[in-house]
Amino acid sequence: MAEVMVHDEHHYTATGLDSWKVGFWAFIGSECLFFGTLIATYLTYKGSSVQGPYPHEVLDIPLTTISTFVLLMSSLSMVLALDGVQRGSKKLALVWLGGVIALGLVFLGFQAYEFTHFVHEGLTIPRNLFGSSFFVLTGFHGAHVTVGVIWMATLFILALRDRLPPAKALNVEIAGLYWHFVDIVWIVIFVLIYLIQ
Amino acid sequence: MTTETEHGGGHASVGFYWMIGGILAVLTAMEVAVFYMALGRVEAPLLLTLSAAKFAIVVMFFMHLRFDSRIFTGLFVTGLVLATFVISALYLLYQVLPNYAV
Amino acid sequence: MYFVMSLIWFFVGGTEALIIRMQLWKAEQSLISAELYNQLFTMHGTTMIFLVAMPMAVAFFNYLVPLQIGARDVAFPRLNALSFWIFFFGGVFLNASWLVGAAPNASWVGYANLTSTTYSPGPNVDFWVIGLSILGVSSILGAVNFITTIVNLRAPGMRLMRMPLFSWMTFVTSFVLVTAMPVIAVALVLLAFDRFFSANFFVPMAGGDPVLWQHLFWIFGHPEVYILILPSFGMISDIIPAFSRKPLFGYPVMVYAGALIGFIGWGVWSHHMFTSGLGPIADSFFVASTMIIAIPTGVKIFNWIATMWGGAIRFTTSMLFAIGLLAVFTVGGLSGVMHASAPVDLQQHDTYFVVAHFHYVIVGGVMMGIFAAFYFWFPKVTGRLMSERLGKLHFWTSLVGFNLLFFPMHFSGLYGMPRRTWTYSAALGVDLFNQLSTIGGFVFGLSAVIWVWNIVRSARRGEIAGADPWGAATLEWSIPSPPPHYNFGRLPEVRTREPLWHEDEKRDVEAATLFEPDVEPEMPGPSHWPIFVALGTAGTWALVMTGVWWVPLLGLVFTGFGVFMWAFEDPFAHVGEHHG
Repeated sequence: MAEVMVHDEHHYTATGLDSWKVGFWAFIGSECLFFGTLIATYLTYKGSSVQGPYPHEVLDIPLTTISTFVLLMSSLSMVLALDGVQRGSKKLALVWLGGVIALGLVFLGFQAYEFTHFVHEGLTIPRNLFGSSFFVLTGFHGAHVTVGVIWMATLFILALRDRLPPAKALNVEIAGLYWHFVDIVWIVIFVLIYLIQ
Repeated sequence: MTTETEHGGGHASVGFYWMIGGILAVLTAMEVAVFYMALGRVEAPLLLTLSAAKFAIVVMFFMHLRFDSRIFTGLFVTGLVLATFVISALYLLYQVLPNYAV
Repeated sequence: MYFVMSLIWFFVGGTEALIIRMQLWKAEQSLISAELYNQLFTMHGTTMIFLVAMPMAVAFFNYLVPLQIGARDVAFPRLNALSFWIFFFGGVFLNASWLVGAAPNASWVGYANLTSTTYSPGPNVDFWVIGLSILGVSSILGAVNFITTIVNLRAPGMRLMRMPLFSWMTFVTSFVLVTAMPVIAVALVLLAFDRFFSANFFVPMAGGDPVLWQHLFWIFGHPEVYILILPSFGMISDIIPAFSRKPLFGYPVMVYAGALIGFIGWGVWSHHMFTSGLGPIADSFFVASTMIIAIPTGVKIFNWIATMWGGAIRFTTSMLFAIGLLAVFTVGGLSGVMHASAPVDLQQHDTYFVVAHFHYVIVGGVMMGIFAAFYFWFPKVTGRLMSERLGKLHFWTSLVGFNLLFFPMHFSGLYGMPRRTWTYSAALGVDLFNQLSTIGGFVFGLSAVIWVWNIVRSARRGEIAGADPWGAATLEWSIPSPPPHYNFGRLPEVRTREPLWHEDEKRDVEAATLFEPDVEPEMPGPSHWPIFVALGTAGTWALVMTGVWWVPLLGLVFTGFGVFMWAFEDPFAHVGEHHG
């Protein structure tokens, strides 16, 4: 049999999938465990606080419903941004990436408000188990959102400088995977911490 | 086999994404409604189901897992299954088992 | 680089062990203080697991997986460099604690609430928490890299069920790593928050439960031991067939058993907690799951034996270590099954019986596999063979030393000698066992010196190896030793599990792999940013020690800068120069 040559070796993959996407989904699998363990810790200690404030005294459902809604809509904005980049529309890319950033910042604003309000009410990390587990869990989530906002801002600037053509859509797709993941973690947090008390 | 970056405008239209967004908003509204309705023992399972639906919808459609290679699904589900396991195991050990202390 | 670094740590951890052994020579001795003793056994365990066993395996993953699957490099070469440098800085940070006389001292498992600031007020545990957190990042990133490499960069025809078993076990290990490390990451975060920010996670007065630490630690810790052993299982699964001149017996079963071990390993963790008062229901569950996991492991042992059965066996040093693993690991596995019974474990827990068990499986299992692999693949990496004479001396010295060191511990343990205590009562009557162990320790240490002597001598004056000195079957043996930096001339296409053992296939594969291109394939150039980001990552964590909340943020900015520069760097920017 004649010698075999792999065509276009530079882009050869065994699956036809992009390596960055494969790696990123593996990373997301890992992050599931990270947040899963933080959530497990919260649930373990539910009802064990020796002194207040207790969840039902401070958790503000109407407010958090709005911030949850905001985060969900930011995911919508994200897919629309990806769609815009894939279609080569700089305008759509900027509008919807801007949307993700804006909505992300609004979410963070709500979180900041909530945290300061709780501290006012006497809920701090050292105060009780609820304070410890709540702030660590939602704090890490907020930190992830912050990283996401910085990431989106970078993409926004790239798009502004015409450096985000359809060929680079994968960058936006992966940023999107990150952003949606942060959103689904919040979906779980919202139901387990806020709604089921 | 085409690489992922070449699939052009994607399988879904912009209108489809707006619809998904709308569904997510409605599901959230339903969750909050259930919360305020104080339905007793049905509340928790109902809330879990609604949020699971939201979770699945974002993963399948926004993260495109429904239409992408099953390899991605495998990578994600591995993490998800183990995370669910850890949460369930600790929940059982700390919140359920003590009620059955021998 | 991974290997050299972990070899250095091997001698550091070994020295720590020998000092321990000298202290334990006689009952009620005080050669060293109790505090120093605590630091020694803590660092010995932490070093051997995180800075030796794991990185040595990673060294092999790094070098061999691309060669075995027919790829030019791993999927993310710069991420690979990052993983190494984070490991480097993490190890240095952890051991820097010795320099300030405050090495971690709460054992490698760091149980709460001994690790609280109340009972461990100094910086010792801080070093431990931060050091391990840094190292965890390295492992997770590495695992992502290898999962992607194996999924995506296999050569044409290299279906998953045709991969050499070492690459398969790397694949399974990477999955376990990527899922188990986040759990200990969280445990360390919780402990860090308790220590630095007065959280209540393990504070009983606030309702916290120290046993939660045990759960979280062992949910990571048990999969961790499979992370340790599966690579070695993979290594001997490639070595034994080569030296039996026979394909691996039951290849699919070996793959499934390995995957099953990795998976079931998630369900057994509380067998480390039988004395923590979980109650009979929880205990029974974990007894059952722990006994079940012995089954796929046993299957593997039988398959290795069956591979040798009827084969043309050559007792090279590598093969001796591989067979040694089978024997010694089985002993360790048997004592493990004994522990699996909760009532029996109530007597064995926290005694030297457990120390015997895990050293048999880790040193006898993991390290023997690594020794076997080293002798097997050294010729490929360096182009020279190791001395068989010195190798056999290494083997026999280590086998004798090892057994002399650890076998008596079964006895001293059953006679009640407790772990992790700086001295023991003369009334126990276990002095003789301890003396045998100490002698054995020095003999084993000597064997390690012989090994390094063999390495140094062979690297300089060893016999030239050629591409395939062992007549082995898999792709890495189809290219020159050492390989060109682009690995393969052209990516080959494979048709079977043993490409080099089928004449037609061998011809076709070598036509591709040995092809010498006029223009070398483009390989990404070196980059400064991985080491920069590694320094930033380790540094940010280290700055947490200052206790000032905004100082680590500066480290974060530094790291972020590095990440940005990295992201916008073009790894192929240098390539244009070649074609000029």
